[in-house]
Amino acid sequence: MTEFSQQLINCISLGGTYALIALGLALVDSILHLVNFAHGEILTLSGYSMLGLAALGLPWVVFAPLGIVTGVLVALLMERFAFHKVRNTSENTMLLTSFGLSIIIQALIQMLVSPRPKSIAQPAWLTQAIHIGTITIQARQILTIMITILALVLLLLLLKRTNMGIAMRAAAEDFNATRLMGVSANGVIAIAFAISGLLAGMAAVLTLTVRGSVDPGMGVKFTLMAFVANAIGGIGNLLGAVAGGFLLGFMEVILRVWLPVSISGFTDGFLFFLVALILIFRPKGLFGITQAERV
Amino acid sequence: MLEIENLTVRYGNITAVKSVSLKVNEGEIVALIGPNGAGKTSTFAAMMGLVGIADGSVVYQERKLNRLSTERIVRQGITLVPEHRRLFKDLTVRENLRIGATARANKANMHQEIENLFELFPILRQRSEQKAGYLSGGEAQQLAIARAVMSSPRLLVLDEPTLGLAPLLVNAIFELIQTLRERGFTILFAEQNAYKALQTADRTYILRHGSIVAERDRGSSADAASLIQTYLGVQV
Repeated sequence: MTEFSQQLINCISLGGTYALIALGLALVDSILHLVNFAHGEILTLSGYSMLGLAALGLPWVVFAPLGIVTGVLVALLMERFAFHKVRNTSENTMLLTSFGLSIIIQALIQMLVSPRPKSIAQPAWLTQAIHIGTITIQARQILTIMITILALVLLLLLLKRTNMGIAMRAAAEDFNATRLMGVSANGVIAIAFAISGLLAGMAAVLTLTVRGSVDPGMGVKFTLMAFVANAIGGIGNLLGAVAGGFLLGFMEVILRVWLPVSISGFTDGFLFFLVALILIFRPKGLFGITQAERV
Repeated sequence: MLEIENLTVRYGNITAVKSVSLKVNEGEIVALIGPNGAGKTSTFAAMMGLVGIADGSVVYQERKLNRLSTERIVRQGITLVPEHRRLFKDLTVRENLRIGATARANKANMHQEIENLFELFPILRQRSEQKAGYLSGGEAQQLAIARAVMSSPRLLVLDEPTLGLAPLLVNAIFELIQTLRERGFTILFAEQNAYKALQTADRTYILRHGSIVAERDRGSSADAASLIQTYLGVQV
């Protein structure tokens, strides 16, 4: 039971990080029909901003929030300077733009900072173990779960209760019809990018508490995981992306625990095999059901 | 109120609208009739900034709309109820109405305005928390019009409002158009039901192959049935 509870916490903690990044990707995709393959680079740049701020001697409680703010700014800059000009072109053009952007950002970091990983000191309290009964939880895991729940609840409230949230859901369904309601296209897209940047920034903070270092290619795995989470949940379905993120995290943790040490190097291989199985039986993902239309 | 002068719309090499000119005065009901592919929807799409204008001009309240974005055109006071309604099916009826109010100058009394609209569309009150995707055709059309009314437009543009509706519902929609005019809206609508449109509108333009081929005022001596037969080849 203790082992189960322990692993459950690990699952929620990793799944939560994947859910945040998958939701950001889904939000932009649902409105702009853009699978932003540079989404992981928002996380990377957010991580590097924290590296720079930490080097200036700022404490974690200051550089972590600033890292999240950087995520928002990077996402807004991406929208303004890379995607704004191509948003009325084909989906392929936008996709290639995002690939190009991802490569450029990684190359710039390699040239201007370093191709090697750089470690960022994490405060000791993050790795402190907290004992609840027979379960041991690290403070960073509690932080991850709390931030994930807070972010998801706030985003849900924004999408359900506010006019801007309703406009975003409407834009995800029919962008031009939303403009016919007088909703600013630029405004909705900018807010979608800002939120996706915010979520990626949060994911950067959380993932740094685990790995403690940044490297130019660190965002690639997160983009891949976010994309796979979206595919599991059903492309374009926001709640599906969250569920897909959690499921992916669960599967990864379970495989890490159950696979014998001799084949533990193949965790990702087994993980994507399971994903492939899901998609064979549910090609549109678990929640990607086409709604029947009544006339 | 609205003057369209020599409007031309092209999609690549195809000219969908050729030098169309029409005007709508405040308080009028104006109809644009014609068969499928005549250019009605393209005329409205160009007017609302959804497609580019190749030539000509759209002037509303003495302001040229040609280069304005769709959302800015809506904020000038024109709202389009698009063909096939284009409701947000995953949003509830109430959420659809809320998003319809985006262009309203005064949003303070939005909830009261929704309640007032429910007086005009009582069925929507019953369905207010249901997803729009589950409404019947007639209910969906009422919601599409109610959603447009929420923006408090001065000019309401309806693209094929009776498309796909049963005959009884068609009559109800034409009655609704009259009611909306009585409530102070100016209305421009496109319609395939030519006879009904001619009966309802103060002025009707007949569109064929992208061009206006005839115009009829309500007081005109031209007989509606013969006009339809002459220009649209349909026996009424």
